[in-house]
Amino acid sequence: MTTTTAPTTPAAPVGRRRRHGRPEPIAYLFLVPALLVFTAFVVVPALVGIFYSFTDYVGFGNWSFLGLRNYTALLGDPGIREAYGFTLGFAVVTVVVAQVIALVLAIGLSKRIRFAAGLRAIFVIPMVVSGIVVAYVFNYLFSNTLPAFATAVGLDPLSQSILGNPDLAWLAIVVVSAWQTIPGALLVYTAGLTSIPHDLYEASSLDGAGPWRQFRSITLPLIAGFVLINTILGIKGYLGVYDIIVGLTGGGPGNATSSVAMTIFGGFTGGDYAYQMANATVFFVITVLISVLQLVVSRGRNIRL
Amino acid sequence: MTATATAVAPERRAPAPSGDRRRRPDRTRRTGWPLTVALALCSLTVLAPLYVTVTMAFKTSEQSVDGNAFALPAPFNPASFAEAWQLTRFPVSFGISVGVAALTVALTLLLSSLASYAIVRYWSHRFFRWSFVYLLASMFLPFPVIALTEIKLTALTGLDNPLGVAILHAMFQLAFSVLLFSAYLRSIPVELEESARIDGATTWQVFWRIILPLLGPMIATVGIFAFLASWNDFMLPSMIVSDPTLQVLPVVQNIFQSQFGTNYNVAFASYLMAMAPTIVVYLIAQRWVISGITQGAVKS
Repeated sequence: MTTTTAPTTPAAPVGRRRRHGRPEPIAYLFLVPALLVFTAFVVVPALVGIFYSFTDYVGFGNWSFLGLRNYTALLGDPGIREAYGFTLGFAVVTVVVAQVIALVLAIGLSKRIRFAAGLRAIFVIPMVVSGIVVAYVFNYLFSNTLPAFATAVGLDPLSQSILGNPDLAWLAIVVVSAWQTIPGALLVYTAGLTSIPHDLYEASSLDGAGPWRQFRSITLPLIAGFVLINTILGIKGYLGVYDIIVGLTGGGPGNATSSVAMTIFGGFTGGDYAYQMANATVFFVITVLISVLQLVVSRGRNIRL
Repeated sequence: MTATATAVAPERRAPAPSGDRRRRPDRTRRTGWPLTVALALCSLTVLAPLYVTVTMAFKTSEQSVDGNAFALPAPFNPASFAEAWQLTRFPVSFGISVGVAALTVALTLLLSSLASYAIVRYWSHRFFRWSFVYLLASMFLPFPVIALTEIKLTALTGLDNPLGVAILHAMFQLAFSVLLFSAYLRSIPVELEESARIDGATTWQVFWRIILPLLGPMIATVGIFAFLASWNDFMLPSMIVSDPTLQVLPVVQNIFQSQFGTNYNVAFASYLMAMAPTIVVYLIAQRWVISGITQGAVKS
C-alpha cells in the first residue's frame, strides 16, 4: 500500500502538471456524492446519537440536558457491566480459538496433501452462509442432538441443553462464531504462508530444525502481520456479536449471554434511548481503543504490516 | 541458514537416498496421506451441520423431534418444502433479498470506484487526502453504535424498507471498498491515462474506458464482499424494515422460532432454501470467489 512513485520522465509533463495543480471540477463530481451520502447516513447519525447521549431523550417528544449523568449511571449499572464483561471475554476467547484453528488448518492445507483444493473449498463454505441461519441449525443440534447423544453415552452434565445453562451457553456462541469466521482467517493465513519462500524451510531443515522449531522461527515471525490483521478484524467483529446470539440463546438464559449490541438495541423498545446512546458511545470508544492498542503493541514489537 | 548450513548438509541428508529431488513426489505422497485424512476429518465439522440441514428437511414432523439429527429420513418426506415455501413467502423474501444485495453491490461499486479514482489521482490535493481518512475512519464504527439513530432516520425519510437497507449496507461497505480500490489504483501507472488524454479523452472517458476495465479483478473482490455482507445480514434489516411483509430471507427465518417445537422439518427445509443458493453459486465459482476474497483480505 505504498504510494507509487510519481513518474518523472519528461514524457509525462501533462500529467504532472495536472496532479500538482488544481483538480478539475469533474474530480469533485467523482468524490463528493460518496462523501455526501456517507455523511448523511453514517456520520450525522453517529453525531446525533452522541449528542442525545448527554440528554434524557426517550426517542420522541421533549428532552433536556443531563450532562454526563447517563455515563455515570452506566458505570453503576450491573446489567451493562455484565454485558461488557461477557462481550469482551467472548471476543478474546473466540479470537484465540478461531485464529489457532485457522492457522493450523492453513498450515495443513499448505503442505503437500491430496485434494487440497477440494478441502479448502469445503472449509470456506461457512463464509458464504448467513450467520442467523447457521445459528438456528446449531440451536437444534445443541438443544436436541447433543443432549440425546450425551444421555445415550451417559454424560449426565450434557444431558440438558447447554443453551439453557447459564454457565455453558457462551461456549455454544464461541463454537458457532468460530465456525463462521475461521474461513476468512484461513484464507488470509493461506495467502501469508504462500508468501514465505520455500528455501527458508529447506535451509533450516538442513540446519536440523524440526517442524515446531520451523514454525516458531520462520512461519510465525513471517506471518505476524497477517495474525495482527486477523486479530484486529476478528475482535472488532466479535465485539459486535448479535446475529448468532439471537439464533442461539436470545441473550439468555436470564442475561447470561447478552452482548453489548443487544443491550443497545434494547434502548429502542425499553424507553432508555438516551441512556443506550451513551452506552453505544462508550462501546465505540472501546472498539477504537482496542484496535489502536493492538496496532501500537505490534508496532512496538516491530511487526511489519 | 548461514554458510555453515551447506557444510552440515551432507550428513543431515545422509539417510535420504541420493537424487532426492526426483524422489520427492514419492516421499511427499507417503507423508501426505495421514494429513489428508486428518484434514478431511476436520472438514466434517463444516459438512455435518450442512448434512443435518439436508436430512432434517426431508424428515416427517414425528421423526424430526427425536433429536437424532444424523439419521436418514424415513420415510422420505419432501412436503416440508411446500409448507416452508408458503410460510416464508419464499418467492417474495428471496426476491427482496436479491434486490437488496444487487442494489448494495451496484451502489458500493459505483460510489467507491469513482471516489477512489479521484482520491488516488489527486492525492497531492488536501481535500482528497482528507476525504480518504474521513471515509476510512468508519471502518471502526460498528453498526450497533448508530443503530438507534439509524432507525429514526430511516423512519423519518421513508427509507424504513429494503431500499434503505441497501443504502445502509452500501455505506457500511464503503470504507473497506475504497481501501481496496485505492490500493489497487495506485499500482496502475498514470502513463496509461496520459496517452488517452493527449488524444483528447476527457476524465470521464478515461475512467470508463481505461480505468474501469483495469479494475476488473478488484471489482470482483469488492462485489463479492458487498454481496455476502448484504445477502447474509440479519441485524440491519431486522432493525430497519418496518413492514414484516417486506423482510429479507435471513430475517423471515425467525418465524420458526416463535412457534416452537414440532415443525423442525419445515424450519430446516426453509433454512436449506435460504442457504442453498449461495452455497451452490459458491461451489460453482469457488476458484474465483476464493481468489477474490483472498485478494481483498490481503490488500486490507
